[in-house]
Amino acid sequence: MIQASARARRPLSMRQREAIAGILFAGPWLIGLCAFILLPLVQSLWYSFTTYDILHPARFVGLSNYTDLVHDPLAGQAFGNTLYITVIGVPIGILMALGMALLLNQDIRGISLYRTLFYLPSVAPVVASTLLWLWVLNGNYGLINMLLSELNILGPNWFNDPAWAKPSIILIITWGSAGATMIILLAGLKNIPLTFYEAARVDGASRLAQFRHITIPLLSPSLFFVVVVGVINAFQVFTQAYVATQGGPLNSTLFYVYDLFNNAFGYFKMGYASAMGWLLFLVILAITLIQFRVARYWVFYE
Amino acid sequence: MERADESLSLRAVQARRRDRVRRLARLARQVPRHLILIAFGILFGFPMLWMLSSSLKPSQALFQYPPQILPWPITFDNYTQLFQYFPVGRFFLNSLIITTLNVTGTLVSCSMAAYSFSRLHWPGRNMVFALTLATIFLPTQVTLVPLYLIFRSFGWVDTWYPLWVPAWFGVAFYIFLLRQFFLSLPTEIEDAAKVDGAGYLRIFLSIELPLMRPALITVALFSFMSTWNDFVTPLIYIHSTDKMPLALGLQFINSTGAYVGQSFWGMLMAGAVCATLPMVILFLFLQRYFVRGIVMTGLKG
Repeated sequence: MIQASARARRPLSMRQREAIAGILFAGPWLIGLCAFILLPLVQSLWYSFTTYDILHPARFVGLSNYTDLVHDPLAGQAFGNTLYITVIGVPIGILMALGMALLLNQDIRGISLYRTLFYLPSVAPVVASTLLWLWVLNGNYGLINMLLSELNILGPNWFNDPAWAKPSIILIITWGSAGATMIILLAGLKNIPLTFYEAARVDGASRLAQFRHITIPLLSPSLFFVVVVGVINAFQVFTQAYVATQGGPLNSTLFYVYDLFNNAFGYFKMGYASAMGWLLFLVILAITLIQFRVARYWVFYE
Repeated sequence: MERADESLSLRAVQARRRDRVRRLARLARQVPRHLILIAFGILFGFPMLWMLSSSLKPSQALFQYPPQILPWPITFDNYTQLFQYFPVGRFFLNSLIITTLNVTGTLVSCSMAAYSFSRLHWPGRNMVFALTLATIFLPTQVTLVPLYLIFRSFGWVDTWYPLWVPAWFGVAFYIFLLRQFFLSLPTEIEDAAKVDGAGYLRIFLSIELPLMRPALITVALFSFMSTWNDFVTPLIYIHSTDKMPLALGLQFINSTGAYVGQSFWGMLMAGAVCATLPMVILFLFLQRYFVRGIVMTGLKG
């Protein structure tokens, strides 16, 4: 009896106290991680194997959501639209940001003014900037078409033309994100020691050669980062389409996440939407892993 | 001796002339660069100006050809109409409340977790941190449906709770950022305090947090911007007009406001200005925190 109470009253060791403190401090996050991320993740997987419309209990249907999804022409078009944005929009954005970063990487007067100007669109709410471009690209009264008519060019009906709707969306996205990308790339450029360039100049290397053999390899970690993040974000494009075109015209801007949203909150096909969500997750995961694989060939870390 | 002076000064003059030419040549090389930068600057900056200018034009002037860049006379009709037809002040206040709740929760929960991950040792810590990192890249859509169903079961649909309560339980990305920052702080003060018998809470509040101020400001800024501009979460959960934050309210105006007729676009631009101006002002005053935050993201990423 005396032994038991003595054991209970022995003070905790330093290490034990630290461990308890550690878990307590991380506590809110641990709860959040389990409750708002891991649990829903598992539930989402479960729902994806069911038909669930909230009004009736979930009914197990095996893989049929996934097979339906693969054969769903609307989802297929949505995926294709998203792929378009990713394959065309991401390189354009990065190339533009890279160009701007290279220009700003000298001792330019007013560099902070340019940086402010380039980043400013990124701080605006996506809804606001989408509405702004809806107005600027308005078919009849928008600024762009008015300027084009000065040059006697008939501007297209941007957001209402199936051929121009997606490029217009790419414009909105690039305008809003090139600034942030540029800042990341500029920071990466500034990390390249000037001694490399000096040595290359002494050896007689041309500017182009310097770019190819010094700038690109030493910038590759930053480039890799913006590519990975850019692709992940491009796959999730939604707000611009919801605000500007509502998926039209002719479903040309119905993106994958928009289709998911419609299925979940429009038709209340929770099971199907969960399957869409998991498919998106797996696709993004696969593409990211492939990118990491390919990175071995072109990304150099010191 | 005179001859020597003469030749010296002549050489000096020639040298100065050469320097001037060289400097001019360097400036000349910079000109095309500046031209391109100015062109980009116009591409990125002008639309914002156009948004402001359109909001201050009387409605007929909006459709006028040729378009005028600066509004004259400056009219606030669009704004008065906007506030007349829609509860924009309400939207603004809602956004302010939601964002404040969200940012506070983010700072509290993420700084605590970052401190734990960087300075305290507990079993499984590194594994959990790796898991935390992994969740940064998780697309939100995969948990969208179950989260909605969970919050629905709490009765939280059409309330603000789903918009700010999760932030009080941590955000993986900011935990990562803050932890990196924590790791860069020196441990001597902390060790000295521990020798003096200070508890972990004391150390956290009195030593770590003050040292973390710049990083905390950056996280607060990004968290503010992300919540203020957030559209999808309010879209899913908020249905009553009087509870809408600004981003959602703006879309509400867009989808229902066509009935005001000719002044629709002017009004819409006025609304866009209202939503954007606070963020622009915040940015202009706290620029270096924004830039630092993005740079931290890129370098550590």
